[in-house]
Amino acid sequence: GLLVTKCGLLRHRPAGGGAFWVDSQQKRYVPVKGDHVIGIVTAKAGDVFRLDVGGSEPASLSYLAFEGATKRNRPNVQVGDLIYGQFLVANKDMEPEMVCIDGSGRSNGMGIIGQDGFLFKVSLGLIRKLLAPKCEIIQELSQLYPFELVLGMNGRIWVKAKTVQQTLIIVNILEACEYMTAEQRKQALAKLSGT
Amino acid sequence: QVWQIRLDMHLLNHDGNITDAASIAGIVALCHFRRPDVSVQGEEVTVYTPEERDPVPLSIHHMPICVSFAFFHQGTYLLVDPTEREERVMDGLLVIAMNKHHEICTIQSSGVVMLVQDQILRCSKITAVKVAEITELIQKALENDQKARKEGGKFGFAESIPNQRITAFKMESAAVDTNDVEEKAGEIIAKADPPAEVFANPILHTPGTAQIGEGIESSWGDLEESEKEEEAEEEGESEAAAFECHKVETEDTSTMKETKNDEPIVLSDSEEEEVVILEPQELPRKTR
Repeated sequence: GLLVTKCGLLRHRPAGGGAFWVDSQQKRYVPVKGDHVIGIVTAKAGDVFRLDVGGSEPASLSYLAFEGATKRNRPNVQVGDLIYGQFLVANKDMEPEMVCIDGSGRSNGMGIIGQDGFLFKVSLGLIRKLLAPKCEIIQELSQLYPFELVLGMNGRIWVKAKTVQQTLIIVNILEACEYMTAEQRKQALAKLSGT
Repeated sequence: QVWQIRLDMHLLNHDGNITDAASIAGIVALCHFRRPDVSVQGEEVTVYTPEERDPVPLSIHHMPICVSFAFFHQGTYLLVDPTEREERVMDGLLVIAMNKHHEICTIQSSGVVMLVQDQILRCSKITAVKVAEITELIQKALENDQKARKEGGKFGFAESIPNQRITAFKMESAAVDTNDVEEKAGEIIAKADPPAEVFANPILHTPGTAQIGEGIESSWGDLEESEKEEEAEEEGESEAAAFECHKVETEDTSTMKETKNDEPIVLSDSEEEEVVILEPQELPRKTR
């Protein structure tokens, strides 16, 4: 028999051998090898940190998986910190493993995310839209205020602007982008930069 | 003998206060449920199917509903029904479960807030008001559902999702232009490879033993390879591989066809090392 497991639009990419996939709206994240995600440190167990990445299991992160980390020079990671890293191992049979270095040993933007800022959750589809090259939303927002932005493929976004109010404005706009059309967004931003 | 009932709850999405929502969902599910009717005569128990007798509701004595309160700044601020963000930064949580008869079923306090007596009394009064509202909503919903089922109207989860809301993710069905379908189908058929040769005539080895066609290569030895191909994530890859396999097979059958007339018949799908065809008068002819 035939079982439907995912509902959505069937998409096709003819390039590179061709790929078919089902485009669907989803908030629940399933760890995938190579994905860059934001994890929250929940525990320190000896030489390994436990991170909540929003999946069914916590991910493990070794203290040596940071740029320039050695047994003497340990990274300063506390419970509750935010980490931006990528999955080294992610399949349904094993606990996911994360690292904060790439293949050549460089951090490449990964590591502990700084203090302050605001972490919130959106759907996976919005993250993919924001990560597309030349995303209009990000370009328009950057006209508004300067801010720091980290996008995790697990649906988590971290924002930090100069003041708390500016940060919250950006958070609200990004959350609303889920349902706003491009015109509505441009109107909202015009109102904000006007006032 | 008693019935055992199991309630499974699947959380699809939430913005905080899962306890309250889950308690409402649970009690409504139990009130809505119908179990098979049973009759007991002495030692004999007859369970009727839904077709034989209408299923019967459970005996629900009362409907306890949870209401949650979030406390901030050591009890200075109180929020009823906190959202996800409020839950994450709250100091303490008080959950009161009550039914519409103002009977408290559960009180649970957690977090670092020390609560004063009159705070708890105030919360229970708020709970009574909320529970009365919610219970009325539940009763109306159950009645509407019962009415809809009796009158043959639409009911169920799919029907209760509003279609015109922006959160519904519904797409209008797209019309497909089928004007030139016949031409396109004809072109595809004309350009397609002709099917593998059809063997209409059986080859008679001996009276009683005949062969139609030649069958495909036994693929039992290729089991490992085919498993690896299935693991390929992209369908394109596995489709391409499948096409390759098919081509290999047709090539094999075509080479075998050439040798057919001269050499003994090759039974390719047999796994026997020696295949012996018994013939009544001649000596057995050994084939592969």
